Amino acid sequence: MADLRELYQEVILDHTKNPRNYRTMADATAQADGNNPLCGDRVTVYLKLDGDRIVDASFQGQGCAISKSSASIMTEAVKGKTRAEAEVLFDRFHEMITGKPGAPVDGKALGKLAVFQGVSEFPLRVKCASLAWHTLRSALAEKPGIVTLE
Amino acid sequence: MARTAKVLFDVPEIKKDFPILQRTVRDKPLTYLDSTATSQKPRQVIDAMTDYYSRYNANVHRAIYELGEESTREYEGARERVAAFIGAKDPMEVAYTKSTTESLNLVAYGYALKGKRVQKGDEIIGTVLEHHSNHVPWHFVRDLKGVTLKYVDVDEDGRLKMEQYDDLITKRTKVVTVAQVSNVLGTINDVKEIAKRAHEVGAVCVVDAAQSVPHMPVDVRELDCDFLAFSGHKMLGPTGVGVLYGKKEVLEETEPLLGGGEMISEVHLGTAKWNDVPYKFEGGTPPIAEVIGLGAAVDYLTKLGMPAVRQHEMNVTGYALQELSNVAGLRVYGPKDVRQRGGVVSFTMAKAHPHDIASILDVEGVCIRSGHHCAQPLMDRYDLAATARASFYVYNDLEDVDRLAAALQKVNEVFG
Ligand SMILES: Cc1ncc(COP(=O)(O)O)c(C=O)c1O
Repeated sequence: MADLRELYQEVILDHTKNPRNYRTMADATAQADGNNPLCGDRVTVYLKLDGDRIVDASFQGQGCAISKSSASIMTEAVKGKTRAEAEVLFDRFHEMITGKPGAPVDGKALGKLAVFQGVSEFPLRVKCASLAWHTLRSALAEKPGIVTLE
Repeated sequence: MARTAKVLFDVPEIKKDFPILQRTVRDKPLTYLDSTATSQKPRQVIDAMTDYYSRYNANVHRAIYELGEESTREYEGARERVAAFIGAKDPMEVAYTKSTTESLNLVAYGYALKGKRVQKGDEIIGTVLEHHSNHVPWHFVRDLKGVTLKYVDVDEDGRLKMEQYDDLITKRTKVVTVAQVSNVLGTINDVKEIAKRAHEVGAVCVVDAAQSVPHMPVDVRELDCDFLAFSGHKMLGPTGVGVLYGKKEVLEETEPLLGGGEMISEVHLGTAKWNDVPYKFEGGTPPIAEVIGLGAAVDYLTKLGMPAVRQHEMNVTGYALQELSNVAGLRVYGPKDVRQRGGVVSFTMAKAHPHDIASILDVEGVCIRSGHHCAQPLMDRYDLAATARASFYVYNDLEDVDRLAAALQKVNEVFG
């Protein structure tokens, strides 16, 4: 049976109430907007890139607990990573939240992101958890326009 | 209103008619509170459709054999019952469509865009509380015909600012359109008055009745509206069938949306003559099983009696408003007085986003809706990204409200 505590873990609730890196970035070198029309979630991801490396990441926006905490934890996780490392992290994360509930998780590679494993029990929330990530990838690709999850 | 509030129907008996309400979700009994999106279906409706497919499946109006006679009789019989249900004087004023959306598009296209009544520079008046399906078709008309769209605003309690019609309606106004009941706020609008104002300048009144016909007595002659649209699936019937009611003379002035079989009286290479109203609107093989299912849904509601359905929903809604007011940080939108609202209750909570509310309720077996409810202009008006929405119907009782309230307390526990 799906358990609420699986979805709303303490870490997630903490990041919802006190989102980290929740600010605009005047000197961002890349940014992108994302939006999830189903629930009205909106996010802007700001990045400062030094060559290939993400030296700073922040976000702004409004959304549910899952999307907000996911954005918050993501900005922490990608800081200091190269583009390629961030992509690998996204792939792992995405695999986890769309995978089989209860499947083994590579805790070492995922770090704090592993708290989102419970999302796999709630397929309708996958978009909430991945919105910030899709937006990050669009910022990295320097693709203009808004990411919209249909 | 106390917990002992009178319930008019034997709801446990009614629940037995709905096979889906016997199931569990996430190991909890199903508490279905999203009838505004779509209603559940009683066995009587499901059986009527199965019966058609297993006993007399045949196309209508063209098969010259007994099966076809039976299917045509049932298809047209349903039209008579739908007409009677909404007080239309003639079944020929009832056209079958796919949905409310299609009905409204048919009016926008057939009457406003293609018809002769609306000209460049004319005005169409809507409201900010409409569903997207009563906004976007009028955008088409504006873009293709060059008309001006104007909107009546709502007040803080979700009621239309009726006095704005005084200024908005002018000699150039050709269409005044409004939802009879808001699918977000539950507000019941004074359609009779709005139709009267429209008629004073010779405009037609188009009513989106998607949330009224299923839930309260609606009499098109009493309202004196010119068009009225609703969907089968929100009134215990199947998806895939909707209705457009129109006064006979107004339907005569409306052009069809779909060209094809059935809607013509004569076709030659390069030319065609339309069939009579309402058949000219029913191009192609119609959703026959769905129409028959809609007929059975009308019978079911008629047996309960629409005044009783309305009273029942007022009782349940009143109790819900009371119980929700006990949930910390919860804010309800729309009129406070149950006489001014239908059984739709939109709310937000201080600590939880509507999407999180819906997920937590889901784990408790309680189905509600979260999001913008296809009414983004209204969300913008109140500066909201989303609300949570619970809605009630004939198969909901006070216990369902108790389960909702208990689950909402859980939300506060999680986000405490
Ligand atoms: C007020 C209102 N109008 C129109 C519609 C559209 O109905 P349908 O999707 O059946 O066409 C709805 C359905 O949500 C509604 O609530």
